[in-house]
Amino acid sequence: MHTSLFTLIVFIGSLLAGFLGALTGLGGGVVVVPPLTLALGVDIRYAIGASLVSVIATSSGAAAAYVRERFSNIRIGMFLEIATTLGALLGAYLATRVHTSTIGIVFGLVLLFSACFSAHEPKANTGEDKPDRLAHLLKLEGRYPSDGGEPHYRARRVPLGFGMMFGAGTLSGLLGIGSGAVKVLAMDQAMQLPFKVSTTTSNFMIGVTAAASAGIYLSRGFLDPGLAMPVMLEVLGGSLLGARVLVKARTKFVRIVFSIVIVALGLEMIWNSLKGRL
Amino acid sequence: MITDRKVEVAISVLLRSGVLLAAAIVFAGGVLYLARHGNAPPAYHVFHGEPQELCDPGLVMRSALSGRAGAIIQVGLLLLILTPVARSAFSVAAFALERDIMYVVMTPIVLAVLLYSLLGG
Repeated sequence: MHTSLFTLIVFIGSLLAGFLGALTGLGGGVVVVPPLTLALGVDIRYAIGASLVSVIATSSGAAAAYVRERFSNIRIGMFLEIATTLGALLGAYLATRVHTSTIGIVFGLVLLFSACFSAHEPKANTGEDKPDRLAHLLKLEGRYPSDGGEPHYRARRVPLGFGMMFGAGTLSGLLGIGSGAVKVLAMDQAMQLPFKVSTTTSNFMIGVTAAASAGIYLSRGFLDPGLAMPVMLEVLGGSLLGARVLVKARTKFVRIVFSIVIVALGLEMIWNSLKGRL
Repeated sequence: MITDRKVEVAISVLLRSGVLLAAAIVFAGGVLYLARHGNAPPAYHVFHGEPQELCDPGLVMRSALSGRAGAIIQVGLLLLILTPVARSAFSVAAFALERDIMYVVMTPIVLAVLLYSLLGG
């Protein structure tokens, strides 16, 4: 196979991954790595390198819109980025040291977790305005636009959320993904922030988190220009496309079908890693 | 007086232009790359790591100026990585203008981590 044909295949696959990643809210990174490694036989270190840069592109592109619409809480994002970037440094160091099959197994487990996250309908979080001294001190509060005016919200259980964010950062650096699912969980479930604020603030943080591992990836030779080029361009393109469709149709059916695919990919990642083929 | 709203709009513009410019450079480098290396077999099955001129920001710039396609793509990727870094730096300045001392002290921690990583960790 020539590089041109290979690049074309990666182009199409990445477009699809970005599209599905946006449609399901999982992000393109977690979707693009399994086909690269399982179907095209790319070494997982090159795959997560290419995935990581695509994550920076999609996150920054989407964050630009959300920040403007005033859903993202910049202060909460900035504060929690301390945890995610430190975690991302640790994750990137681990990625350069652990065996590729370890990366593969953790990746498979994260896919299984993501499938549950995607299939499960989130229960609406009102982000009730309860007093919390630490959150008040750190100004982790705000208002967001909604149908019934601009309700005020304030974070709770800040240390728990901070700790989970460190974990999210570590996974992001180890696997070259945005780990948006864990970030949303930390804000929505642990810190009890409104769901829409959690998802958009998570998106806002993903780019900075990924940038913290990207420097390590670059200096360790994980970023191959020939592979990163089609992955970055098309995951970005696909996610922009997906975001448009998302507004019109977010059916439960799509989510369920997609979850089954993700479970299958996760199991295959784990199986291949155990067999030593990753 | 600078307001939160103005900061939000400025961050939005910064992020969007960074991504667009990076994508344009990666695309241009990609066209060149395929024109030159399109017929070679792809070599991603075995991890070799990248040559030094594609790993070190300074060498990447020099190599791109001499017209190497891979290095031009790498410049685009560097710009992409720098976009969130610039956003963090900008936020430090914005918090300083708002006299939000606590965040003026906290945000540079993130910036320091990012720069440490970019300088090779």
